[in-house]
Amino acid sequence: MDYDFYLSTMWSVLKALPLTLEIWFFGIAFGLVIATGLTWLRASGYRSGEYFTRAYVFVFRGSPLLVQLYLIYFGLSQFDFVRHSPILWPILRDPMYCTIVAMALNTAAYESEIFRGALRAVPVGQIEAAKAFGMSAFTRFRIVTLPIALRLALPAYSTEIILMTKATALASVVTIMEMMGTAQKIQHDTFRPIEVLTCAGVIYLLLNLSIARLFAWVEYVLSPHLRPAPDQSQQIKPVPEVL
Amino acid sequence: MSASPAAAAKAEPSHDATSAISVKEMRKCFGDHEVLKGISLEAHKGDVISILGSSGSGKSTLLRCINLLETPDSGEVWVGGELIRMKSGQGGHQTPADIRQVERIRADLAMVFQSFNLWSHMTVLENLVAAPVHVQKRPRAECLEQAEALLKRVGIWERRNYYPPHMSGGQQQRAAIARALAMNPKVMLFDEPTSALDPELVGEVLRVMRSLAEEGRTMLVVTHEMGFARDVSSKVMFLHKGEVDSLGEPKEMFARPPTQQFKQFITNFNK
Repeated sequence: MDYDFYLSTMWSVLKALPLTLEIWFFGIAFGLVIATGLTWLRASGYRSGEYFTRAYVFVFRGSPLLVQLYLIYFGLSQFDFVRHSPILWPILRDPMYCTIVAMALNTAAYESEIFRGALRAVPVGQIEAAKAFGMSAFTRFRIVTLPIALRLALPAYSTEIILMTKATALASVVTIMEMMGTAQKIQHDTFRPIEVLTCAGVIYLLLNLSIARLFAWVEYVLSPHLRPAPDQSQQIKPVPEVL
Repeated sequence: MSASPAAAAKAEPSHDATSAISVKEMRKCFGDHEVLKGISLEAHKGDVISILGSSGSGKSTLLRCINLLETPDSGEVWVGGELIRMKSGQGGHQTPADIRQVERIRADLAMVFQSFNLWSHMTVLENLVAAPVHVQKRPRAECLEQAEALLKRVGIWERRNYYPPHMSGGQQQRAAIARALAMNPKVMLFDEPTSALDPELVGEVLRVMRSLAEEGRTMLVVTHEMGFARDVSSKVMFLHKGEVDSLGEPKEMFARPPTQQFKQFITNFNK
């Protein structure tokens, strides 16, 4: 085995990790903002809001992220008004921004469904108790509904974040030299696909492992009530008050 | 000097300074099914009223209409001499005119549920403090102190840092009663507080409720515990098919059932 080649490839791909993380971070951050908006629209009780979110989820969950990315990067620039728009063009001519936009729009569709399910799964009785104790709708949401829903959403949300980590590899098809793009370049230069793709694969694996562990830890900390009961003698630390 | 007769009639229950809850001609339908057919109820301060009835008689609905967890179709609810103002909404159904007023009144009417409904992501102590801090805006330290005292009183102080799923049903219900007491409520509403409990856990909850009754708390108790109704309550109300079938002193009611329905109801219970 050519260890030196492995090492040098590993190093070259790792140097592209910050770029991958950048796409990942902004993709899920904007995605979360859009998903929150969609969830709110869906829960607002307005018919038009519900139809809009349904259509949105239908489109962005139903079509491949790759198609969405191509349409945003190659497709939208076909329109004159996009090329002449002082706001749209600086964003849509940049492959980096396009990838982030595509990822955010795509993940928002999935996340809004996750959040909708979590909100519906909050036990009605606990919300009713909050009502019966005179909490206003806002207080009720802040103290009871949201903390419970967040805990319920966490497992599915962490899966979605891991899917997004892997989706960053698509950025390579719109000329971005993140980890996958870098790996592909080395592969083309050296014709050694096995070594190169193994290196990239291992880095993605380790990245997702850390993300999964992080979420598992957050879940553990937030849900002492779902763990087995403690010893009578043992004191449990209360959850921090913010949550 | 010439108040309109209508206004005078409306203000009538507030003349009575001892009135805690007054319900007038309450009606409620679920779809085609009329659950409450014009029920009136008068609870004075210190009254412990047991509301009995077979399932489907409307007793839980009555309780839930008092704090507007369900919205009654018509009728009036007066709490401590104050009328809960309603307005007519869509499709002829009335809705609360002022949700702030409803929230303020709910805070005075603490409720204990059949299925406890403790907030599962909070410890027992946090459950007791949440509403006093966030609704009544009392200082957290003071609420914590009161909460600990209440937990001692209901006998689960050792479990104050436990989460509800880690406790037995009886302990959870006692925590729920303590949570209600933490609001310093004017009236306590109990919605079948022992119905979800294993038989051997019923006693510990009833003991707490009895001690509350003895210190003069105003309580409305929907229950199937005939012993509690007979020995502890000051009045028994028997609902049958959405109407008040009979109402009276518990000793009298149980010794000489005033109606055939009530007689049948208690006989079935003793079988």
